[in-house]
Amino acid sequence: MSVNPELQGRVFPPVAPYLVGREKVREFSRAVFATNPINHDPEAARAAGHHDVVAPPTFAVVVQEATLAQLLAEPDGGIDFTRVVHGDQRFSYTRPIIAGDELTATLAVTSIKSLGGHSMVTAESTIVDAAGDHVVTAISTLVVRGDE
Amino acid sequence: MIPDATALTVGDVVAEASFALTRDSLVRYAGASGDFNPIHYRDDVAQSVGLSGVLAHGMLTMGLAVQPVVDWAGDPARVLDYQVRFTRPVFVDATDGATVAVVAKVGAVDPEALIARIDLTVTFNGATVLGKAQARVNLA
Repeated sequence: MSVNPELQGRVFPPVAPYLVGREKVREFSRAVFATNPINHDPEAARAAGHHDVVAPPTFAVVVQEATLAQLLAEPDGGIDFTRVVHGDQRFSYTRPIIAGDELTATLAVTSIKSLGGHSMVTAESTIVDAAGDHVVTAISTLVVRGDE
Repeated sequence: MIPDATALTVGDVVAEASFALTRDSLVRYAGASGDFNPIHYRDDVAQSVGLSGVLAHGMLTMGLAVQPVVDWAGDPARVLDYQVRFTRPVFVDATDGATVAVVAKVGAVDPEALIARIDLTVTFNGATVLGKAQARVNLA
């Protein structure tokens, strides 16, 4: 089975809201070797003008993950998880993610291309806060290897 | 203190760091991120899909590579945009681990908006593992 070209342009229903916990931000920060006090210490974050600890730039992947799971589970998608390799990743922020944010992600498949027997699937997850204002867009290009 | 964007020249090295990864680092990242793909902690599974052994999560490499830029800028909130291409795996030996080196250079400066594009060279065993690794940083 190969990737269904009709996925291009498909917009998925928003996933359940993700509540950003302070301890999760700290845990993720430790995992990516982020030692800046603004990632860990609410006082340092407040001194820098944030109302709580700030998540590292790649934290949005945690929120994005549920949308990629939707894509891989799409019944007519034809994406075989065991053949997926992460090609590119990008995060474009309007504002940083702060502990206490309630974030909702919505996935759109913006492009499907074939390249040398492989498929390149570009999935864009738009992440908004509880007020509906844009926080970050996470864009992944997944390379789905063709049959050998 | 915020770096002075108007004093930056393309090619300036603004930060350098190296990171010692162990299998523990991968388990920690798996738990923190929710990515429990066993190729990041089981050699037998990694080998069954044609890899020489356990490799680091690409998102872990991406995540740590921007940290020297965060510390240079002084605040993680200053990173407006960050992108990478995953070009080579970082194999993490069970006993020796792996060392990932990062050099961050000025790629472009917008002196009006006070935004710098910082280009990252990220290497493991002498070869680059990320392509087009760029962060746009607000220095206003």
